[in-house]
Amino acid sequence: MAELKDSCVKPVRGPIAPAASPPSASTTPVQEVQKVTARVGQDAPDFELSAFIAGKGFQPVKLSDYKGKWIVLCFYPGDFTFV
Amino acid sequence: MSTDSRFVHMMWQEQELSKMVDGGVPFPMLSDAGGRVGAVYGIYDEAAGVNIRGRFIIDPDFKIKAMEVLTADVGRNPDELMRQIKAFQHVRATGEVTPSGWQPGQPALKPGPSLVGKVWQVWKP
Repeated sequence: MAELKDSCVKPVRGPIAPAASPPSASTTPVQEVQKVTARVGQDAPDFELSAFIAGKGFQPVKLSDYKGKWIVLCFYPGDFTFV
Repeated sequence: MSTDSRFVHMMWQEQELSKMVDGGVPFPMLSDAGGRVGAVYGIYDEAAGVNIRGRFIIDPDFKIKAMEVLTADVGRNPDELMRQIKAFQHVRATGEVTPSGWQPGQPALKPGPSLVGKVWQVWKP
């Protein structure tokens, strides 16, 4: 297996806002509440998260790196439960 | 993807999944700390602090084609997931459309005025 050395806390970008999002009112607070933007027929909201990959170890995964392929995103409540 | 850390993902893979699937689950196991991505996808349960069972199919153009959301107590059906992916791939390749219950290998429909009122003649599953 690949090198698994890793710090306890490793920052990742999390949700990535679309680059084209226009700046709204000048009084916009710095930290915005995350809005639901996933809809069928629309672009998938991009993100980067840390991941464990069998045989490769820990590495960040960015969704848009898989652009051009068919992708299945599967959310589940917790490890050691069924999916 | 769950709100578990990548360390817990690794333990689940090593302690359990690798005993159910030869070589373990080959997919990246993503750690969505705090459910930030789940919130954007509309499946984060704030009260429980976890992502519920959301499943999304994304096509090569990065468009979401399908979503399915279940509460935590019922698991998914991989056969239906594969059927939907094959249907979307068929539609993308041929421009045809797939009626309800369509299975790979069955004839699909060519949408257009000549089909109106005639589906009963061409679609006999």
